[in-house]
Amino acid sequence: MDSTPTMNRREFLHSQTALVVGASGAFTLVSPEAAAQGAAPALVGPAPTALDTWIRIGADGRVVANFGKMDCGQGLDLAIAQIVAEELDVAVEQVQVTMGNTRLSPNQGGGSGSTGIRLGAVPLRNAAAEARRLLLEAAATRLGSDVATLAVEQGRVFIKAEPARGLSYAELIGGQGFGTSVEWNRQVGNAMAVKGRAQPKPVSAYKIVGRDHKRQDIALKVSGRETHYTAHVRPSGLLHGRSVRPPVAGAQPLAVDDASIAHIAGARSFVRGGWVAVVAETEWDAVRAARDLKVRWSEAAAPFAGGHEGVFERIRQATPTAANAIAMFGGRKAWDEKPTLAALAASARVVQAEYECAFQSHARIAPSCGVADVRGDRAEIWSDTQKPHFLRDGIAKFLGLPAQNVQVTWMHGAGSYGRSDADEAPYEAALLSRHFGRPVRVQWSREEGTAWDPKAPAAVISLKAGLDAANQVTGWHFKAKGFNGWDVRFTGESPEHVLVGMLTGHKKWNAYNFNVPDESYQFPQHVHWWETVPPYLQEASPMRTAHLRAPQEMQTRFGQECFIDEVAHAAGEHPVDFRLRHLRNAREVEVVRTVAQRMGWPGRKTVRSGGKVATGWGLALHSGYGSHAAVACEVEVHRDSGRIWVRKVSIAHDCGLMVNPLGVRAALEGQIMQGISRALHEEVQFDEQRVTSVDWNSYRIASLDDVPGEVDLVLINRPDQPIGGAGEPAIVCFPAAMANAVFDATGVRIRRYPFVASRVKQALG
Amino acid sequence: MPRYTLEIDGAPRAVDAQPDEPLLYVLTDKLGLKGPRFGCGVAQCGTCTVLVDGQPVRSCVVPASGLEGRRIRTLDGLERDGRLHPVQQAFVDEQAAQCGYCANGWVMHTVALLERKPQASEAEIREGLAGVQCRCGTQIAILRAARRARDQMAAQAAAPKA
Repeated sequence: MDSTPTMNRREFLHSQTALVVGASGAFTLVSPEAAAQGAAPALVGPAPTALDTWIRIGADGRVVANFGKMDCGQGLDLAIAQIVAEELDVAVEQVQVTMGNTRLSPNQGGGSGSTGIRLGAVPLRNAAAEARRLLLEAAATRLGSDVATLAVEQGRVFIKAEPARGLSYAELIGGQGFGTSVEWNRQVGNAMAVKGRAQPKPVSAYKIVGRDHKRQDIALKVSGRETHYTAHVRPSGLLHGRSVRPPVAGAQPLAVDDASIAHIAGARSFVRGGWVAVVAETEWDAVRAARDLKVRWSEAAAPFAGGHEGVFERIRQATPTAANAIAMFGGRKAWDEKPTLAALAASARVVQAEYECAFQSHARIAPSCGVADVRGDRAEIWSDTQKPHFLRDGIAKFLGLPAQNVQVTWMHGAGSYGRSDADEAPYEAALLSRHFGRPVRVQWSREEGTAWDPKAPAAVISLKAGLDAANQVTGWHFKAKGFNGWDVRFTGESPEHVLVGMLTGHKKWNAYNFNVPDESYQFPQHVHWWETVPPYLQEASPMRTAHLRAPQEMQTRFGQECFIDEVAHAAGEHPVDFRLRHLRNAREVEVVRTVAQRMGWPGRKTVRSGGKVATGWGLALHSGYGSHAAVACEVEVHRDSGRIWVRKVSIAHDCGLMVNPLGVRAALEGQIMQGISRALHEEVQFDEQRVTSVDWNSYRIASLDDVPGEVDLVLINRPDQPIGGAGEPAIVCFPAAMANAVFDATGVRIRRYPFVASRVKQALG
Repeated sequence: MPRYTLEIDGAPRAVDAQPDEPLLYVLTDKLGLKGPRFGCGVAQCGTCTVLVDGQPVRSCVVPASGLEGRRIRTLDGLERDGRLHPVQQAFVDEQAAQCGYCANGWVMHTVALLERKPQASEAEIREGLAGVQCRCGTQIAILRAARRARDQMAAQAAAPKA
C-alpha cells in the first residue's frame, strides 16, 4: 500500500522555487571578495549576496521570500510576510514565505533568542526594498517615464498622473529573477544582514506593519489538508526506526538478542557504540521491536545520587565548575563581592533568602521526529529543528559528508521553545538510513521526549540585601548557583550535542553558562554572579541541559523579583513603590505602573482573611530581547488543597514597534499558560538510576483548570523604537509574580518552583 | 497479517494490521491520514483522537482489529466540498493554534461535544475538552474557539433553510 503523500499545492510551489533558485546556483559558496579576504566563515547554500536568494517574483506575481529562520508555532512567517509586503507594496496574501530550507535560504541562525523579527527580518526588509527599487527602475524604462513620477499599489507600478498606464510586477519580472547583488555583512546566523541601494520605508509610512493580520497556516493545522508536519513525511520505501534506551542512564549494551524480535517480520536491530536501535517495515512493528528486543546492559553506577529531592542540597554542596558575572554567551566579566559584604556588615539589618528552581523538561507535545534519506554521498533530512542549517552541518560531520551534500527541509512540528529534542531523531534517522540504504523515519516515544530530552537546569538563587536605619538599601548580593545551562549547545551543529552522537563516541563539549538578571534596578554595592556545578552524568545524560525558553532567566528572575518583594516588605514599603524607586528606565517604569494600576494599586489593601480561599496579588518585571514586560497575577490560594489559581492576570508589554498586535496577543496568551505551567506543575523527577517523569501524568503541564478567570493585556506600541522580541520576556515573570501574590494572600513565602499543591499545602501549615 | 475492513470517514477501507496494532498507526502509517497525530502513545494527550460512533477515542491505544462495523471519523474527513467544518472554521477565526500539532484533539473533542450538546455550557465545554493537552499554552484561545463554534453552529441551525 502506497502511503507516500502526493505533492500538494504548497509543495509544488516550493519545488518550482527550488528549480528557479537552482538555476542561479543553489550550492554557491561565499561571495568571492569575502573569500579572498578570509573575512567570512565558510558558507554553504545560496549566496546571501544575491538578491534572488531573498526575494523572487513568480510568473503569477506572487512574491516568494526565502527566510533562513523558522516558526516555532507563533506565526513568525506572517510577520515576515507583512514586512516584505510593506516594502514591496503588495497584499500580505501575495507573499509566500519559505522557512528554514537549506536549499533556499542562507543560515540566519534559525529559531533563536526571540530574534525572529528583530534580526531575522532585517535582510528581508532590505532585500524587499531593493527589489521594489529595481522594479520601479525597470518600469520607468518600459513606460518611458521617470521613477519619481511612479507609484505602486498592490504590486502594480503606474504613472501617478496616468494611473491607467502601468505594469504589474509579474509583467516586469515574473519568474525571471533580478540577477543583482546586495551587500552582505559577512555574518552567518542571527546577525546575518544584507542591504541594497534602496532605503526601506520610514515607519511613519507603514500601512501593513503594525496592523492585525491573521495567520493563514491555522487552517492547515486544524485539518488534514497537507503534508505540514515532519510526522507527515513518509517517502516511499520507508523504514521505521526506534531507539532502545538503557534501564539505568549510562549503562552500555553488552549483547543484543536478535531472536527476541524474530517474530516480527523484517525487524532488525542496530548497535553502534552505546546506541541500540531497531528498524522495521511498519511503524507499529518498529514500536513492537523496540519493546521486545532483549538487550543485556552493563552494570552502571546509579548516576543520580539523592534523586530529585536531593537536587538543591547537591547544588549547595558542589564545587563550582565555572563562575562568571557575564549574563550569557561567553566572555568573562569580573566581580568582587567584598565591597558588598562590607556594606552588608555595616548595615542596620540584612535580609536574606534562597530560592530553588527545579529541573524542567522541554517536553514537546510530540517528541522528536526525523526522516532521513541517505544515498551514497548525499543526504536529505526532514526535521522540525529550530536550526535547520546547523543541523545540516552537524549531520554532515556525523556522516562524514561535505555539508553541501546534506539538505535539510524544515517542516512544521510540535512547538519548541529552545534546544529541544527536535535535533535528536534526525541524527538517528540519518545513521540508520545510511546503514540500511533506505529512507528511515525515527519517531521518539513519549518517554524519550520527556525523560531523555534536554532539560532546563535546576538552580539555587541566593540573595542578601542590607538596609540602613532609614530602610535604604546599602548593598545587594546575588548569586545564582546551578547546573550548567550548556551541557549541549543550542544548535545541533555537531554530533556531540545530541544523544546518538555522544553514544557513538563524540565527547561532550565543555562550555559553561548560567545567567544573572539584567540590571533593571539600581542598588548601591550591587554584585551578582553565577556558578555552575558538575553534571550528574557526563556523557549522554537524560539530564543534560540546554536552552529552554528564556534560558535561565526564569530561575534568576524568580530569585530577584521575589527578593525585591521581601526587601520591600522588610523596609516597610509597598513592593510597587519600592520597584519604581529603584528603576531608571522609563519604559520599565511604565509597564510596572500599568499592571499595578490594573490590580488596583495604589489604593488596594492586602486582606488576609484566614478563610478557606485566600486572595492576593503580586507582580514581576522582566526586560530582555529588546522588550519589557510586567506581569501581575491575582491568585486564589486554596488552603485545604494547596491549589493556586490565577484569577486575573494583567500583562503590560512593550516590544517597541509592534509588527502584528494580534500575533503579540497570541504570544502572550501562550506565555500565560506556559508560565503558569512552569510555575505550578513542571518538575523533572528522577530516582538514583533514571528519570521517572516520563509522561503527562508524571510530568504535569497546565490544563484547562489553570486557565485564568480574566486575561488583561496592555500592548504598548512604540513606533519610534526598534522591534523587540515578544516570545520570552513575559513568561519569565510568572513564578515570581505568582509567588509574590501568594505572599500577599497568605503571608507565606513560597521559595521553590514549581509550587506543587502538596508542598504549598504543607507550607501554609 | 490479518486484513480488516474499517469504515473511515464514510468509506470502507481494507487494511492489513497486526491484531494489537493501534488504529493510529493504521490511519497514519498505512492510510496516510494527516489529522490524527502521535503525541504520547499512552492515551494521555488526545492528539490522536478520532470519533468512533460519535465518541472521542484515543486511537494510539485502541486496536484497529476491534473496530470493524464501527463508524470511525477523523479530522481528515470533517471538511465538506473543500470547506472547513464549523468547528475547524471557529479555530481558524479565533486563531486557536500555535504549533497546532495538538489541534486534532481539541477539534475532534469539540465536534463530539457539540453534536451531543449543541447548547453546551461553559462548564460542559471545559468538561468535554478536559484531558486534551496543549504544550504551547493555547487553551485560552481554544476555549474561545469552542464557544464560537457552539454559537455559530446554533445560529446556522436556527437559520431558515435557503
